[in-house]
Amino acid sequence: MTGVEAVLLTIVTASTPLLLAALGELVVERSGVLNLGVEGMMIVGAVAGFAIAYATGSAVLGVLAAAIGGAALSLVFAVPVLLLATNQYATGLALTLFGLGLSGMIGEGFVGTPGIRLDPIAIPALSELPFVGRLVFGQDVLVYFAFFMVAAVAWFLFRSRWGLVLRAVGDNHTSAHALGYSVVRVRFLAVMFGGAMAGLGGGYLSLVYTPQWVEGMTAGRGWIALALVVFASWLPLRALIGAYLFGSIMILQFHAQAAEIDVPAQFMSMLPYLATIVVLVIISRDATRIRLNTPACLGRPFVPDR
Amino acid sequence: MRKIIAAAAAMALAMGLAATPATADKLKIGFIYVGPIGDHGWSYQHNHGRLAIEEALGDQVETTYVENVSEGPDAERAIERLAREGHGLIFTTSFGFMNPTLKVAEKFPDVKFEHATGYKRADNVSTYSARFYEGRYVIGQIAAKMSKTGVAGYIVSFPIPEVVRGINSFMLGAQSVNPDFKIKIIWVNTWIDPAKEADAAKALIDQGVDIIVQHTDSTAPLQVAQDRGVTGFGQASDMIAFAPKAQLTAIVDDWSAYYVARAKAVLDGSWKSEDVWGGFDAKMVVMAPYTNLPDDVVAMAKETQAKITSGEFHPFTGPIMKQDGSEAAADGEVLSDEALLSMNWYVKGVDDKLPE
Amino acid sequence: MRLELEKRAEQSRLMVVVSPLIAIGLTLIAGAILFAALGHDPVRALTVYFIEPVTAAWSLQELFVKATPLVIIAVGLSVCYLSNTWNIGAEGQFTVGAIAGSWVALSLNSWDSPLLLPLILIAGTLGGMAWGAIPALLKTRFNANEILTSLMLVYVAQFLLDYLVRGPWRDPAGYNFPESELFSAAATMPLLIEGGRLHIGAIFALVVVVAGAVLLAGTLKGFEIRVIGQAPRAGQFAGFSRTQMVVFAFLLSGGLAGLAGISEVAGPIGQLRPTISPGYGFAAIIVAFLGRLNPIAILFAGLLLALSYLGGEAAQVSLGISDKTTKVFQGMLLLFVLSCDTLILYKIRLLPPRRRAETVDQGAGE
Repeated sequence: MTGVEAVLLTIVTASTPLLLAALGELVVERSGVLNLGVEGMMIVGAVAGFAIAYATGSAVLGVLAAAIGGAALSLVFAVPVLLLATNQYATGLALTLFGLGLSGMIGEGFVGTPGIRLDPIAIPALSELPFVGRLVFGQDVLVYFAFFMVAAVAWFLFRSRWGLVLRAVGDNHTSAHALGYSVVRVRFLAVMFGGAMAGLGGGYLSLVYTPQWVEGMTAGRGWIALALVVFASWLPLRALIGAYLFGSIMILQFHAQAAEIDVPAQFMSMLPYLATIVVLVIISRDATRIRLNTPACLGRPFVPDR
Repeated sequence: MRKIIAAAAAMALAMGLAATPATADKLKIGFIYVGPIGDHGWSYQHNHGRLAIEEALGDQVETTYVENVSEGPDAERAIERLAREGHGLIFTTSFGFMNPTLKVAEKFPDVKFEHATGYKRADNVSTYSARFYEGRYVIGQIAAKMSKTGVAGYIVSFPIPEVVRGINSFMLGAQSVNPDFKIKIIWVNTWIDPAKEADAAKALIDQGVDIIVQHTDSTAPLQVAQDRGVTGFGQASDMIAFAPKAQLTAIVDDWSAYYVARAKAVLDGSWKSEDVWGGFDAKMVVMAPYTNLPDDVVAMAKETQAKITSGEFHPFTGPIMKQDGSEAAADGEVLSDEALLSMNWYVKGVDDKLPE
Repeated sequence: MRLELEKRAEQSRLMVVVSPLIAIGLTLIAGAILFAALGHDPVRALTVYFIEPVTAAWSLQELFVKATPLVIIAVGLSVCYLSNTWNIGAEGQFTVGAIAGSWVALSLNSWDSPLLLPLILIAGTLGGMAWGAIPALLKTRFNANEILTSLMLVYVAQFLLDYLVRGPWRDPAGYNFPESELFSAAATMPLLIEGGRLHIGAIFALVVVVAGAVLLAGTLKGFEIRVIGQAPRAGQFAGFSRTQMVVFAFLLSGGLAGLAGISEVAGPIGQLRPTISPGYGFAAIIVAFLGRLNPIAILFAGLLLALSYLGGEAAQVSLGISDKTTKVFQGMLLLFVLSCDTLILYKIRLLPPRRRAETVDQGAGE
C-alpha cells in the first residue's frame, strides 16, 4: 500500500458516516421537514448495530439493525411533528436528547466489549491492483452503498415521479395536498428514510470505523451531517463533495500535525469547519440557483384546510 | 417570595433533621464524574474505585455518583447537592472541579472532600493523583526496543502538564534504550472520540511509525494498530480484549486501594487533609500483563518497574536536557514534584511546540 | 382510527392553561412506567424529580441560576426565529462573549472599581455581537446559509477558547493548568442572596424578558420583525429591509448570547476555563420554541427545562437513577409538552378509518 493510497483510504472511512447521514437528512429536508435530531438517530443506530451484531455474531445483521434502529427512533420525531404539527426545531432537539439517553441505556452492558467488524469485500484480482485496488475494489459494503445512494437519491429526486411528488410536498405542501397527494404520508416515509440513513451512519462507526461501543461515540457527527445538507444546497452530489471535503481536511490536518507543522493544534482542528464556511461562501454566489433548490416549506408545519 | 423561600427553608431543614439518624451509622460517599461511566476510560476507572469501596466495606458505606457533570457552572451545584444530602466523603474526580470543590468545602466544614489531580487544598480537602509518568517511562523503553523504524506515534488530548509529563517520561525511557528515538505527535483535542483517535492512529502509521502510544481514552488506536499490524499500549484500562495481538501492555488507572483506604480513614476518624501522589508503589498505577513481547524486553520492563517501585530509580533523574538545549536537571539530580506538577516544556528530542 | 387537526379561529385560552396540565399528566404517567420498569419506586422518583427541587430554598436558587442563561439566550433567538433568520450558533456567540468579557477582566484584574464589571459585561455583549455578525454578513453579502455558518462557528469559537486558556491566558500561578486567574471581586457578578449562587444575571434575564416582550408587542420594530418573518413580500412593500433585519436579528441574539456567556464566567464560574457551558446555546433553542417565541412564555419554558436538569441530577443522587434514564425522561417531557401545545392552536379529532375511495379522493391526514 502506498502512502497516498493509505491516506485516501482513511479519508473514505472518515467521510462515509457523514455522507450516509447527510444523504438521509437531505431527502427529509427536500420533503419540507427539518429534523435536528440526526445526532440522536445516529447514536441509536450505532448502539443498535453493535448490539445486534454482538448478539448474532453477524455484522450484516448489525448493519440492518442500525438502519432499523435509526428509522424506529425517527418515529419519535415523526409522530408529533407530522400528526400533531409540533415545532420541528424543538422536537428534533428533544429527539437528540432522547436518543443520547436511550443509546446509553441500551449500551450500558456493552462498554468494554470488543465489537464485531464488518469486513471489507475484497473483489478477487481487482482488489490486488496497484494503487486503486483496495481503494476502489476493496472497501466495505457501506462505502459502496453510500456512493450508490448518492446516485440513487439524485435519480429518485430528479428523475422519478415519486421524487417529483416529494419535492412538490417540500416546495408547496398546500398545492401538493390540493393535487391529492398525502403530504403527511410522503413526509413520514422521508423522515423514516432519513432515520435509517442516520442509523447506518452511526452503525458505520460502531461496526466498521471503530468496532466498539462507547457512550456518545458519534461525538457531534450528526451536527456536521446537518450542516453538510445546507452546504450541499440540497443536491446529493454536493453532499458527496461536502462530506469528502470535511473528511479530507480532518485527516490532512492530522498528517500536517504528524509532520510537525508549527501551528497550535487548536487552530489545526478549526480547519475543517473554517474550510466548509469558506467553500460555502464561494459556491453561494448564485442566489437564484440556491433559492430554486431550497425547499420552500422547510420547517413549516402542515395542517390541511378543510 | 420571601415567605415561600422561608417556608421552603424550614421544610428543608425539617427534612434534613429527619434524615440525620439514617446517615449516622452509614457513611455516605459521593462521586462526581466528568464523563459518562460508559466512557471505558477515566470516569469508568473511577467508578471501578467506587465499586471497590462497596465491595470492601459493604454495609458500612453507601455510595452514589453523578456522571457527566460539565466542568462549567454545573459542577458546584452537583457537589453541593452531595454535601447537602448527607455525604460524609466526596470524591471530585477531574481537575476542572478544583475551585467548585473548594467553594463547597468552605460551606461544609464537616464533610471531607477528595479532589483528583488538583493542587489546592483545605482542612477538609485532600488532593490525590497518580504518577502515571512512571508507567510511561516503562513503555518508552519497550517502544524503543520494539520499534524497527525508531519512531513512535503519540496521540494526545490536550496540552496540560499531566500529558506533557507523560510525553517527556516516555521519551526519557525510550532514549535510555535508543538515544536517537523519535516521536510524532498528534493532538486530537478530545479525551474520547473513538473515530478521531482512529484517524490519528492511521495518519501516524501512514507516516511510518510502527508503534502507537495514546494519551486519550478509547480503545480505537489499538484496534487500528492491530489492523495495520503494528503494536501499541493501552491507556486507563487493560485493553487486551480489543487488540490481543497489538497490545504490549497498558498503563492502568487503579483507584481502588486509595479509595478504600480513604473511606476507612473517615470511618475510623483518622482522615486528615493530605496531598497524595502515588505511583507503582501505591498501586495507583498498574501495568497490564506484558504480552506480545520477547522475554528479554519483558525482563527489562519488569526490572525498570521494580526499580521505580522501590524508589531506587526515578524517571526524571538528570542529566535531562530541554528541547531548547538548556539543562533541566544536572547529572544525578531528580526533578522536584513541584517541577513535575507544572511541567510545560519538552525534553530534547521532541519535535513539537506547546501553546505559549 | 386516524387523527385530524382542525385549526382554531383563535388560540384557545382554556387550552393555554389546560395543555401544560395534560402534558404534565402524560409525563407523570409515562415517567411512572419508565421508572417502575427500571425497578424504582415511581412515586418517589417523580417526587424527587419535580417536587424536591422547588421545595428547598437552595434548590430554588439553583433553579434560577440554571435558567438565567437559557432565558437570556432564548429571548434573543426568539426575535431571530420570528424574523425567519436561523441562528443555530448561539453556543459560539456565548463562548466568544465569555472570551471578550474575560479579556477585559483579566487585563484589568487589579483595577478595583465599580466600573469594571459594567465594562466586562459590555465587552462580553460586544463579543457575542461580533461573532453573530459573521454569519449575518456572510448571509447578506455572500448569500451563505446562516444555519451552516453559525453552527460551524460554534466549533471555531470553542477551539479558540481552548487555545487561549491552555496557552496565553493561563493563570501564571496555576502550575500551567488550563485555567485563567480567578476574577477579582470587582469583576464578579454581585450575589443577590449572600451565601448562595443567585447573581444579578437573574435580574438581567427578567429585564431581557420584559424588554423582549415590549419590543415584539409594542414597537414598530416588533411589527417589522413579524411582517418580515411571516410575509417577506409584504415587508418589502412596506419598505422593510430584509438585509437589515438579518443583521439586526444576529446582532441582538448574538449580543444576548454573549451577555449570557460573560455572566456565567463572571458569575458562577468565576474564571475562564476550557468548558464554560453544558450546551446552553443549543438548549436555548428548545427553550425559545417551548415558549412559542414569546418572551414571557420563554421565562417559564426556561424554568421548566432548568427544573428537568436539576430533577435529573437529584434523581441520580437520591435514587441512583442513571443520567441516561434522566435524559430519556427529559426528552419525553419535552415531546409531551410540545405535542400538547398543539391543542392551543388546533382541535384534535379522532375519526374512524376512511373508506378506500375517500383516501384516494382526499389523500391527506394519515
